[in-house]
Formats: sequence, C-alpha cells, structure tokens
Amino acid sequence: MSAAVEFIQVSRVFGTVRAVDDLSFSIAEGEFFSLLGPSGSGKTTSLRLIAGFEQPSAGSLLIHGREAAGVPPYERDVNTVFQDYALFPHMSVLDNVAYGPMMRGVPRAQRTRRAEEMLALVKLDGFGARRPAQLSGGQRQRVALARALINEPRVLLLDEPLGALDLKLREAMQSELKALQRRLGITFVFVTHDQGEALSMSDRVAVFNHGRIEQIASPEELYERPATAFVANFVGTANVIDGAAATSLLGSAGAFTIRPERIALQAAGSEVAADAVRIGGRLVEVQYHGAHHRCEVETAGGLRLVVTVPATQGAGLPQTGAEVALSWPRAAMHALRDAA
Amino acid sequence: MRSDHPSWRLRLATGAGLLFLHLPLAIIVLYAFTTEDRTYQFPPPGLTLHWFEVAWQRADIREALLLSLQVAGMATALALLLGTMAAAAMWRASFFGREVFTLLMVLPIALPGIVTGIALLSAIRLAGFEPALWTIVTGHATFCIVVVYNNALARFRRTAGNLIEASMDLGADGLQTFRHVILPQLGSALLAGGMLAFALSFDEIIVTTFTAGHERTLPIWFMNELFRPRDRPVTNVVAVAVILVTALPILAAYWLTRSDETGESR
Repeated sequence: MSAAVEFIQVSRVFGTVRAVDDLSFSIAEGEFFSLLGPSGSGKTTSLRLIAGFEQPSAGSLLIHGREAAGVPPYERDVNTVFQDYALFPHMSVLDNVAYGPMMRGVPRAQRTRRAEEMLALVKLDGFGARRPAQLSGGQRQRVALARALINEPRVLLLDEPLGALDLKLREAMQSELKALQRRLGITFVFVTHDQGEALSMSDRVAVFNHGRIEQIASPEELYERPATAFVANFVGTANVIDGAAATSLLGSAGAFTIRPERIALQAAGSEVAADAVRIGGRLVEVQYHGAHHRCEVETAGGLRLVVTVPATQGAGLPQTGAEVALSWPRAAMHALRDAA
Repeated sequence: MRSDHPSWRLRLATGAGLLFLHLPLAIIVLYAFTTEDRTYQFPPPGLTLHWFEVAWQRADIREALLLSLQVAGMATALALLLGTMAAAAMWRASFFGREVFTLLMVLPIALPGIVTGIALLSAIRLAGFEPALWTIVTGHATFCIVVVYNNALARFRRTAGNLIEASMDLGADGLQTFRHVILPQLGSALLAGGMLAFALSFDEIIVTTFTAGHERTLPIWFMNELFRPRDRPVTNVVAVAVILVTALPILAAYWLTRSDETGESR
C-alpha cells in the first residue's frame, strides 16, 4: 500500500526559525494520523505544507506518490477543515458547502443536491438557507467538515478543529469524527495540542517538538513506552527520573519514566511484592480530582513523585505529612532514549 | 452612563446642536423658493419655482454641474482601483519601509489642501502641461485614494486571511477567489469608500482652484457667483441640487451596507 503523504527530509524555514526541521515520515492511506505538539512545534506548518499553503524550503513532499512541491492548493487532492472554520460569511450554508463543486463547474442543480447530501451526512439537514453567523460553534464545525468532504478528497486535513468547542461537545465530535473517518475510509491528518484528543482518536500519533518529531507511535505505545522525556511529559502525566536520580534511587544508572497510576502508595512499613521496587518518602500534597486523588510524595533525596490513587481507595490515604512507602513492579518502568 | 430617559437639559442641548447644524441648510432650501431676489427678508414674501426654471436654463450652471460630476466620477473610479490595490498590497506583504509607505499613503488627506494644490500646480507647470480636466481629476484622486484605501484596508484586516486559503483549498484559483470571496467581502467597504470619495471630490474647491485652469467646477462657480449678487435665489437652487447629489448616494450607501450586514443579499 502506498503512502498517502510522505515527507522526505522536509524543512520549512521562516527567516532564522526552522519551523519544520528535516522531517521524514509517512502517513499510510486510510489512517487517522495526528500531529501532536505544543504551539510553535511545527505541527501546523507541516499540515500547511500538505495543504499547499506553505512550500518546503528543502526536501521532498509526496502526496499519493506525486511530488507536491510547487503544486498550488487548488490543484491538490486534499481538503482542509480550518481551526476557526473559515466559512464564507456572505454565503448561505448551502453555498458554502457547494463552493468546491461550483469551482469545478458542476451545474447548479447537481451541486445543490450534492451539498444537501453532505449536510445530511453531518446531520445538518434543513440548515442550508442559514448564514454561518446564525449557527452555533458545533454546527459551524459540521458545515466546515461538509464543505471539505464534498470534494471527496483522499486526504482530509484538520487543523485543531475542536479547539473552540466546549468539553461536552468536543467529546461528542471526537467520536463522530472517528466514526466518519471509518465510514469514509479516507486519510485524516489531525493537528492538535490536546494529547487526550490525539490518544482517543488516532491510529498513530506524531509528537512534535521544535520542528522535529520526537516519536511516531500508536496511542498505547506512546503512553506506555514514550521514547523521550518530552513525550513522557507531554502525553499524560509522567514521573521522569533522570540518570543521576535513578542512580541514587535504585542504585542503577539510566533515565526512566513511570506513570503515576503504576505506583502503589501505602503506609510506611507495609508489605510489598518481592520483585517490586520500593522507596520511602513523605506525602506532601493530596489533590482531589473526582475519579482519583493526585498525591505528591517527596523522597529522602528531594525527588518529587506524582502518584494517582483511584477514588475507590481514597479512604485509606495516609494524612498529609505522613511517611509513606512507594512501590512499583520493575516492568512498569520504561527507559528513556534521551535525558541522560 | 446610559439612561433611557435623558434629562430635559440633555434633550435641549441635543436639539440646539441639531438646530445649529441644520438651520443654515434649511434657510438655503427655503430661499431657493423665495419670490424676492436681492435680500434675505424673513419671512419670504412669497414662494415660487421660478428660480429652478432659471437655473435649468443657464448653460454655465449645467456645464459646471456636468464637469463636477465628471471629475468626481473619474476621481472615484481611479481611487477605487488604486486604493483597493494599494490596500491589498499593504495587507498581504511585509517589506522594508512598509510603515513609511503607509504614512505616505495617508499623508495627502492630512496635508492642507493649499499645499497639495500649490505642489500639483508647480509639478504640472514644471512638466509643461496645461491645467485641464485630467489635472483636476489627478488632484482629487490624491485624497480620494486615501479614503478608499483606509476603508478597504480596514475591511481586509477584518476579513480572516484564511477565507482566501479556504477558497484556494476548495479548488478556486486566484481569480475565482477574488471574484467569489474577496470582492463580496470588500463590497460594502468599497461602496462606502467610493461614496465618501465622490462627496469629497464633488465639493472640493482648494485643490481645484490650483489645478482647474480655465475649467469651472460647481464649487468654483459658487465662488464666482458670490461676487456677483445677481439672481441670489439661483445659487440657493444650485445648493439644493448639490445637497441632493451628495446626500442621496450617502443614504443609498447606508441602506445598502445595512442590508449587507443583516444579510439576505446576493
């Protein structure tokens, strides 16, 4: 199977800033692929390179095996859902959706019918006559989706499309988007800075940092086996223990990371499994988070570890300031590539 | 502080302000109909449409009016074209000296008209041209461009840049994007800018005095008429015509842009 999109040593330089720095990766056809990273990490620039709004300063970008450098956006078989939707305010919803076919010279009757079908697909039947300004954020989002999908692109680019929606709506749209992608079977390239969003929807996630990719992996892999300290910290909460701290803590060198929910917190002196790592510390802070408690424990060496305790076990938590024992199975530790 | 029931003082002050602004206009309109042709006697001894007939018969008025309409039309058209292009360029591009360029664009409207007038006259003389219709149009265009430019630039800035990207993304090339997205977005701004430019040009006298040569626009005709106190009601009649010519397009622009915002045009 050929790659839908392939970056081969692509760079995009703005003045002295290397927004995208020598990237090579490929996105498989039919994949839900997320570009995850903080703002300014190069994820949006990468998306704009695929859309054709930016041209690579160096390297080669292939879309379905064809060189895309120099091809203008309107000649690419990709469509974009913009961050703030970018609906045309002077047109009705129907005309917005029918814009693509209109540009391709599809006769009015035909493109109107097609636009109505697309509106039905995103559950907005009957909204065609309205103006974008008369719709709610979630509805505008759907119009943007319908407008991008009407051209039947083989790759759909989504630039933080859920960022402006409130939490409930965002969660509903996440599952809808995922279902839509499965149904249509086209490649989705999804830019987000929300790790939860990336984990819950994607087949694979590329984690961006300073114009480079730290790791490309499935959500499980990314969470369980982060390659770098950056990934460990950016994707979920992590305790990152650098080489020196690891030596003082366990007597063995080598940076590693451990997730807060993998650590067991008990009163000092409790029994633990024989092969488990065990260290002592003092409970310095407990925060209530509903489903769990977030505890911070300070070890004798001054290291702070975050431990989450499920709410169901919250009743047995020691008092703040008490001496506690932390333990975890060795398999829960994951060695990091960087962070010496 | 806002209140639904303003005090009587505020009402009185507002009324006095409006009266101060509009009473002179009302007097002009009233004395366009008077039967007495030398003094502003109040109340007018009688009302007549006679002066409208007189004004219509006079070739000098018709020529001056036609010339003014011509000049304003041409200056506005020029300003719409150049002002929009300049605004588009200043919006999209960033280049060395951009701020200086912005200042130079806006300067003509800040400069006293007399400076612009003298400068243009010197330039025309220096180049060995005779002042004529096109020199008036050029002079008026210097400040008309600014009006259109400012309006268009403000609208460009309000228009999200990604509308253009969205259009290109959906398969529209540059020309299609201009026609279907940029122009409709600019529409009401250009209309408003154009109307204002037209009104500015139509009654401009200072720059015109320097650049007109032997041509006589309507404002210049007025000036000449003041030194010749004959048929005074005729000047009032022409003034009424000027009020209509400038006020109607502005009202029209107001209504057009209003429906543009609430939205069922196209």
